[in-house]
Amino acid sequence: MASYSLKINGKTRKIDVDENTPLLWVLRDELDLKGTKYGCGIALCGACTVHLNGKAIRSCSVPVKNVDGEITTIEGLGEGGLHPVQQAWIEHDVAQCGYCQPGQIMSASALLKNNPNPTDKEIEQGMQGNICRCGTYTRIKEAVKTASTKL
Amino acid sequence: MSSKTKSYNRRKFLKVSTAAGGGLCIGFSFLSSCSSDSHFKEIVRLEKPEIWSELNGFIQIGENGITTIMSPNPEIGQNIKTAMPMIITEELDVDWDKVIVQQAPLNTAIYKRQLAGGSQSIRQGWNDLRQAGASARKMILDAASIEWGVPFEELRTEKGIVYHEKSERSEHYGKFADMAGQLEIPDNVNLKDPKDFSIIGKGKANVDGIAIVTGEPIFGMDYMEEGAKIAMIEHAPGFGQTLTSFNKDEIKSMPGIIDVFELNTDFYPKDSWIANPFKLNSLIAIVGESTWQVMQAKKAIKAEWSYQTEGENTEEHWLALDNLLQNESNVQRKDGDPVTAFKEAAQVIAREYTAPFLPHNTMAPMNFFADVNQERARLMGPIQTPEITANLLADILELPKEKVEVGMTRMGGGFGRRLYGNWVFESAMISKKINSPIKLIYTREDDMTGGVYRPAYKVRYRAALNELNELVGFEVKGAGIHGGPVFSNRFPAGTVDNYQAENLTLESTIATGAWRAPRSNFIAGAEQSFLDELAEIMGKDPIEFRLELFERAIDRPIGESNDYDPKRYAGVLKLVKEKSGWGEKMDGIFRGVSAYYCHNSYVAQVLDIIMDDGNPRIKKVWCAVDCGIVINPLGAKNQIEGGIVDGIGHAMFGKINFTNGKPDSKNFNSYQMIRSTDAPLEIETFFVENGENPTGLGEPTLPPIMGALANALYKATGKRIYDQPFSENIQELG
Repeated sequence: MASYSLKINGKTRKIDVDENTPLLWVLRDELDLKGTKYGCGIALCGACTVHLNGKAIRSCSVPVKNVDGEITTIEGLGEGGLHPVQQAWIEHDVAQCGYCQPGQIMSASALLKNNPNPTDKEIEQGMQGNICRCGTYTRIKEAVKTASTKL
Repeated sequence: MSSKTKSYNRRKFLKVSTAAGGGLCIGFSFLSSCSSDSHFKEIVRLEKPEIWSELNGFIQIGENGITTIMSPNPEIGQNIKTAMPMIITEELDVDWDKVIVQQAPLNTAIYKRQLAGGSQSIRQGWNDLRQAGASARKMILDAASIEWGVPFEELRTEKGIVYHEKSERSEHYGKFADMAGQLEIPDNVNLKDPKDFSIIGKGKANVDGIAIVTGEPIFGMDYMEEGAKIAMIEHAPGFGQTLTSFNKDEIKSMPGIIDVFELNTDFYPKDSWIANPFKLNSLIAIVGESTWQVMQAKKAIKAEWSYQTEGENTEEHWLALDNLLQNESNVQRKDGDPVTAFKEAAQVIAREYTAPFLPHNTMAPMNFFADVNQERARLMGPIQTPEITANLLADILELPKEKVEVGMTRMGGGFGRRLYGNWVFESAMISKKINSPIKLIYTREDDMTGGVYRPAYKVRYRAALNELNELVGFEVKGAGIHGGPVFSNRFPAGTVDNYQAENLTLESTIATGAWRAPRSNFIAGAEQSFLDELAEIMGKDPIEFRLELFERAIDRPIGESNDYDPKRYAGVLKLVKEKSGWGEKMDGIFRGVSAYYCHNSYVAQVLDIIMDDGNPRIKKVWCAVDCGIVINPLGAKNQIEGGIVDGIGHAMFGKINFTNGKPDSKNFNSYQMIRSTDAPLEIETFFVENGENPTGLGEPTLPPIMGALANALYKATGKRIYDQPFSENIQELG
């Protein structure tokens, strides 16, 4: 066990966990931030996507000891309201089961931060790390395009 | 309303906000109070009612007119949590923006069929939901009539307000709710004329939309209680294996581990369709303080497993299915004299199609919360069959039914996997054994390798043409694991004079079961590919060929048990033909068509492929649907699109093989799901407007797209594809 002080969604949170615990389980088990989802545990489905210093990372595969910087999770993305990407998700009624969508939104918002006006192809490629079995990809693409006009 | 509903004990009560989660406690059990619904919170923040009156099991009206509607069925992403309350709201005639939707508790005395499966929630709920809304509206009007001393006939309602024009009075429903709640619930109330619908047919956003995009803890995976422990299981790597020994002491001494023990699966219930697929013999259960600690302990397990029955191999399955098709017979339907028709045919066309086992891969792996002791059981989580599961839990836990509570959370996908709650029973037995509430979580590997798979299938089609190039004979003979894929009374049964359908079963130790659109999810693609090739050989346009067959079934149907309406079938095909501009010359576009009927809905699709850097890419899918009255076009289109994308993905990439009873794929590093880069660039949906009673959409668009895709790939590549997954066969073409 080791103590860590993490900056998450603008707040400093102190935890005491095994140093190899993935950030995903720190968020879910220790900090009760359950918007970040478990899907595969090997960084291949994207359900656990969060931002580390503004960049999308797969929290299931990042040990807490390697976390260096500010974390943003789906709960903190809108900073008290809805982020334009979240608004676009509502506008396009993207979700079906909804389980993968926090991860999709975190990937999309990181993508737009890096590339505010992506082409369709750039959106597809930027989002290909996130699996949705319900098959909402066409709506996700439209929502990302809508969000890009509002950022 | 049923008589049971009539005797339902209604109450007037206070609702109070709970501190955690923002949900409400509303006087049912703990189970119904856990939903945190942002739509709801927004309303409550604006106009928080404290006193509520219950008009029936579905409807509570607050003193200020805010209305709570109970959504009865499990939500797996099919969006019935929005659509079912819309139907009630329509007949109740209140403002949708002042409706709070809550997941109802499990109570089939009130809510009847609380099950997510077969795309049946809307179809089977339609009448009762309308009656629930209409009878509550009548009670409000009866109360207003008494209160104001005016004739019932002079009252009208609009958006939750009662009007009496003569006396220029108007009040919202909340003013009458207390009195209305004490009136008898009327039977068979007049329903609205569909032309007056103002909510049904208008797109309404998912009621959980904001909760989903803000990451609220609404899924089973997110449900946890103070003091509960984390549990995981390790099941046999292969079907047919049983546990011999494992390093129990070493695991138990690991950090955070509370207990580890073998769980013999004798406790799995028997003699129920939801329990039929349970085929794993023994498990190791690990219980600990945190998910990561339990995962570490699970990884450290060194277990010996021995084969109780021989481990099966995919290659042997294919040989055995082939053997069944060659040497066995099981005729389910025969019209005319197929033997003679084929003997005398000028031309016989025979083709075979296969598809492998598929895992479900719901994005949320299996999970459940359980708190079981000697006196009672409380369970909470994602299950498509809560009623059957609760009854079976009472049996296996030897508890009275009223001492077993099963609560429904939103599900991170269902697709049929969550019909079969083996993990729910496991969670209950683990909680009972360690005498503590637990949360059971499967890893992705547990989920993908301990599945209830879509069976592997093989089907053979034969068509007989006479010297006039007419279709005079048609045979379909299919075989599958734990059941064949053929629906003997579906199209083209009824359209060909000499017809035969056969279905054969291969028993297996591999667990199989329902997977989004069972059987249809294979047979539709095979049938629609065969018809496409047949049309080509006959020199006919594939749509005209199908329409000719439907005309035949309309004018002179063969047999009496054809389970489709050829007019509605032809209707969707004509609609997609018109909308897609079928027959127009389009350079660089390769088109495939299909039409299929399943789960009471009719679907026709045209799929366009373009070549993108030498690779086929789906440019557009045109989809015509006849599901009768469309409750929520926004959600309906989403389901349609989802079925199409899911169907394309599994036809292209889906495959899980077995070696010695062990699945070859365990996680997404060795199993390919469709991703954004392979999804169609565009999907456009068209509805047939015919005023028929509504039918479901969770499944019907998945099966036919496999055929449309195969037919378009043929146009693009010049080679027919007979075996799924298509991607492997396209690569072979080089």
